[in-house]
Amino acid sequence: MERTEAELIAAVLRGDAGSFEPLVEKYSPRVFATARRYARRESEVEDIVQEVWLKAYQKLRSFRGEAPFEHWLMRLAVRTCYDFLRRHQRNREATFSELSEPEQDWLERFVAQPDGASETAEAARQLVRRVLEQLPAPARLIITLLEIEDRSVKEIAKLTGWSMPLVKVRAFRARAEMRKILARIATDKYL
Amino acid sequence: MNLAEFERKLIAAARANPPSERVPYSFEKRIMAHLRAHPLPDECSQWAGALWRASVPCVAIMLLLSAWAFLGPPGAATGADLAQEFDNTVMAAVDQDSTADSAW
Repeated sequence: MERTEAELIAAVLRGDAGSFEPLVEKYSPRVFATARRYARRESEVEDIVQEVWLKAYQKLRSFRGEAPFEHWLMRLAVRTCYDFLRRHQRNREATFSELSEPEQDWLERFVAQPDGASETAEAARQLVRRVLEQLPAPARLIITLLEIEDRSVKEIAKLTGWSMPLVKVRAFRARAEMRKILARIATDKYL
Repeated sequence: MNLAEFERKLIAAARANPPSERVPYSFEKRIMAHLRAHPLPDECSQWAGALWRASVPCVAIMLLLSAWAFLGPPGAATGADLAQEFDNTVMAAVDQDSTADSAW
């Protein structure tokens, strides 16, 4: 008979480390997807996920069982990703003159006919990633959670541990930062 | 260039391309090997560890204070004077009371 999450967690806390494996198997896909939003290289993604699971194991006693395990784990994952972003704040002042050819083509198609530039194109995905990489860590986290993952301010506050007014202030600043970067692309390429 | 439309388009592109949920082969085995190497600490050993770490600065402070007491400036009070002064301070209220009583 399959054991419930609560039973698995209780077994881990009693010293049976093997009971943690079903939890790792079940939730790793979600943790990997979250980490891939913030890290580009696969080795970095694996490091983040490994750190999340080690923290989850070490802090398992602090899981009270009032909310689902998945929520608790995703909070850990988002905070670990945020720490990763803060540690890797490099190359944020890169210019957009070195866009790849497909990215330039996509931009030109967008300028000529906005509806003609496909949102599902790989070039568009690359361009978004490039723009997000220019943002400071809090702005990138907020834009990802609020605009891309479409989460509410309340959810973001719970995930990040920030207060709701702080989330709103950071969201306002993040949007302004993003508009500044987009304006820079427009200036670099078309003025 | 219409920046608002550009922003909307990029956000839509990001939403249309969710990251992969692919997990590397036998990743969970690797995690479990790590976890077995670092067993979950129980509360007693956590406390013991914290107290053991705290003992180092305590010993350092004790040694510093001892050194200061023995190698302090020559004008400083000696051990006997210090004991006398401590005694006077503690007994000050009692002495004051007895002085007041004798005045009556």
